[in-house]
Amino acid sequence: MWADIRLIAGKDLRIEWRSRITLSQVLPFALLVLVLFGFALDANRPVLDAATSGLFWIAVLFVGLMAVQRSTAIETTDGARRALLLAGVEPAAVFLGKALAVALQLLFVETALVGGVIVFYDASIESFPLLAATCVVATVGIAAAGTLLGALVAGVRARETVLPILLLPVLAPVLIGATRAFDDALGTVAVDGWAWLGLLAGFGAINIVLGALAYGVLLEET
Amino acid sequence: MVDSEHTGSRTTRILGIAVILGLIALILLGFFGAPEDDEQRDAVRMIFVHVPSAIFTYVAFTVTAIGSVMWLFRRSIWWDTVAAAAAEIGVLFCGLTLFTGSVWGRPTWNTYWDWGDVRLVTTLILFLMMIGYLSVRSLGGGERATATRAAIIGVLAMVLIPIVNRSVEWWESNTLHQKSSLTDGNLEDLTLFTLVVGFVVWGLFFTWSLIHRFRISWLERELRVRDLDQALVERRAEGREHEGQPV
Amino acid sequence: MTHLGYLLVGWGVTIGVGVLYAASLITRGRKLSARVPSDHRRWMSTDDT
Repeated sequence: MWADIRLIAGKDLRIEWRSRITLSQVLPFALLVLVLFGFALDANRPVLDAATSGLFWIAVLFVGLMAVQRSTAIETTDGARRALLLAGVEPAAVFLGKALAVALQLLFVETALVGGVIVFYDASIESFPLLAATCVVATVGIAAAGTLLGALVAGVRARETVLPILLLPVLAPVLIGATRAFDDALGTVAVDGWAWLGLLAGFGAINIVLGALAYGVLLEET
Repeated sequence: MVDSEHTGSRTTRILGIAVILGLIALILLGFFGAPEDDEQRDAVRMIFVHVPSAIFTYVAFTVTAIGSVMWLFRRSIWWDTVAAAAAEIGVLFCGLTLFTGSVWGRPTWNTYWDWGDVRLVTTLILFLMMIGYLSVRSLGGGERATATRAAIIGVLAMVLIPIVNRSVEWWESNTLHQKSSLTDGNLEDLTLFTLVVGFVVWGLFFTWSLIHRFRISWLERELRVRDLDQALVERRAEGREHEGQPV
Repeated sequence: MTHLGYLLVGWGVTIGVGVLYAASLITRGRKLSARVPSDHRRWMSTDDT
């Protein structure tokens, strides 16, 4: 099982690495989002400071959407889904492997975004452990939910427009929780970030379990 | 066998008449019977359309959730059809809940929307999720695939909404804003009675709509099957022609 | 009555939307029934898969 997960994740990441799309397109896009927010709000410095956490995670959600779209596309071209089924890989392993690949890509972008936020928004990190933990836990939830829903709409004509409608409401708790935790970690608002981290962990766990269970059904029936 | 030109029946006719009568009673009681509130004055009368809408939103989506589970575990087309019908009606009610809540909020608390209100935000997210459910159903791609996709969304919504609720509750408690809740006060007898009438009317309308919507789906399914059969017959006929045999 | 405007909008839209939805259900039902021959209109019994 673990071997399969590493196999699938490795495959997705290798495909990604060869095309360098994350590096050359997704990363600049993420930073661009930050910059645009800065243009829109910078005249009002206090607003930008207060909104930093939220803007960071909105940028992450956009990037997450892109990452999931592309992760799903790998499988839908050339009938790769059937091939995976026939190869006898456990669907749950496919799910976890793909989610892992998406999560790692997201974490990579988030690292750059943290740098971006420090540089462009003058943010200061008060609690690095909380910041890092939030990034990891929230990303797990985003990757899991995204991989599940990406598979759900795979093979359907209007895939690109339906996925955001499905994914973003589902990720609302992540947005709320991660933003609050970041507020604590960046010292902008006096909240208990670690409590929010607990919520994020619960969300992530549920999505991993649901995704692993549902992925097989989706692969077979859709 | 049914031999009617429409999806109605004796049951739905009775329900329909009951809804209309109940609605008239509700309007009379709601506007002229129930007393106004000390703080909110007449704005409190929104409660008679808002609360039933909210309650039956949850009833509808619970039916969808049950139907989703029944499809996933028993492959019951009947339940899948019920789930879809209930979801459509639920989205309608949910939209009305949000709208009436907003209209109620303006004169009462001077705001159409409040991000600090747990119920508002949770209901909005639920609304969006179930619109996603309906979108998935309209994507096409075969009956079983559609049912499975939709069922997963249905179950996902059922599981995630309590989490969303919890997260927004925590979020809300960090703001100082607290809404006054009508339900912890004592409701006047007539207000309570009118509210119950509201529940009855909404329940009857929900049932009426569910039956009709179910039958519509069923007829659509019949048509799809017949079209498929028809297409098969035509293809076979073509085949026979090409082999030189008489059709 | 105070806030009458809000009340009329709230109740009016609610009832209006309800009526419109009911009308659309009835219309769709009629159109579909017309296309399906009467012996196939059964919906109370099902052969479930």
